Amino acid sequence: MSLFSSQDLKLLTNPLNMENPITVQVLGICSALAVTVKLEPAIVMSISVTAVLAFANVIISLLRNTIPSRIRIIVQLVVIAFLVIVVDQILKAYVYDVSKQLSVFVGLIITNCIIMGRLEAFALGNKPWPSFLDGVGNGAGYGLILIIVAFFRELFGSGTIFGFPVFEKIGLYSIGYKNNGLMILPPMALIIVGIIIWIQRSRTRELIEKNL
Amino acid sequence: MEELLNIFVKSIFIDNMIFAYFLGMCSYLAVSKTVETSTGLGIAVIFVLGITVPVNYLLEYYILKKGALAWLLGDAASSIDLSFLSFIMFIAVIASMVQLVEMIVEKFSPSLYAALGIFLPLIAVNCAILGGALFMQEREYSSIAEASVFGLGSGVGWFLAIVGIAAIREKIKYSNIPAPLRGIGITFIATGLMGIAFMSFMGIKL
Repeated sequence: MSLFSSQDLKLLTNPLNMENPITVQVLGICSALAVTVKLEPAIVMSISVTAVLAFANVIISLLRNTIPSRIRIIVQLVVIAFLVIVVDQILKAYVYDVSKQLSVFVGLIITNCIIMGRLEAFALGNKPWPSFLDGVGNGAGYGLILIIVAFFRELFGSGTIFGFPVFEKIGLYSIGYKNNGLMILPPMALIIVGIIIWIQRSRTRELIEKNL
Repeated sequence: MEELLNIFVKSIFIDNMIFAYFLGMCSYLAVSKTVETSTGLGIAVIFVLGITVPVNYLLEYYILKKGALAWLLGDAASSIDLSFLSFIMFIAVIASMVQLVEMIVEKFSPSLYAALGIFLPLIAVNCAILGGALFMQEREYSSIAEASVFGLGSGVGWFLAIVGIAAIREKIKYSNIPAPLRGIGITFIATGLMGIAFMSFMGIKL
């Protein structure tokens, strides 16, 4: 028996495109808007969310037959809050600068609806190993969108990539280019996500919503 | 009284949860297909915010804050600071309130319960609710009345935003949008534009 059946592989790759948590399932938008002004916090945020999501999925999946459904939300939130505190401590210990930049948003992973959404929709009805893969896949799909949005917002909003002044080096400022201040404001993140959805759905036409 | 009215108006329009802080976007985007269901969710959010903010206020000022345990322990309490526990305490209060609301809705309005689906339990992780509790902590309201008014006002602001976008989406069905942009795509862009419009409220002092 191999570790990855084709079904398992689907769990990993589906969330990247066909079942992307942000553009198709519409979960976890708040943090996607808040941490995407720069690339570096966006990447750290995606790694943290992936870690929390994967392990929360495994824990809930192990406990799924013992949790009474009436109090499942509280149990899930306790598990998530515990994992978030662990992630927060690790970030503080090893990448202190980024952890300071992210500040509140690491705490707000608790209220990131991707995690609750996947726990409710997947981990409560599946075995631990598929749940783990589902968590990693959805975390990666979330990270993918976050990184694309952060790339454009940092490039056009501050003219840099990872803090490296790209536009200055290629001499755009000397011919009169100005940074677009709107890119740094949250509404622009919404509009960029809207455009990503547009592009994705014109390439994968079965995602187009029909009964509207 | 005047002060309370100020907080109410301010939390509805100027510090609107959706347009000024972008909190609670997930359910806002997913449940805003029709005005009817979004009204139901909006009322549920007003109810949950209106209860959890004052309850969390009491927790904050009688248990968590530095020296808040003085009513129990006297002078010995002045050095006790439990505020590192505030996240988990707030979320526990919120989660139990949401479970309560879920049971009430299931009992009294099964059709609304079916329409809201997974988004009813997801109110617990609606960032607007935890955000409301954290803003209450940060802004240090001076009485429980102010905290309750702030909670209700934020709920009403969220309600107005979701009913507004639902009305726009009902009308937008009749316009000729490029097929891949239909549904959630155009909603994102419309919300972005509404957000830019709401930025004009920023900085107004009442």
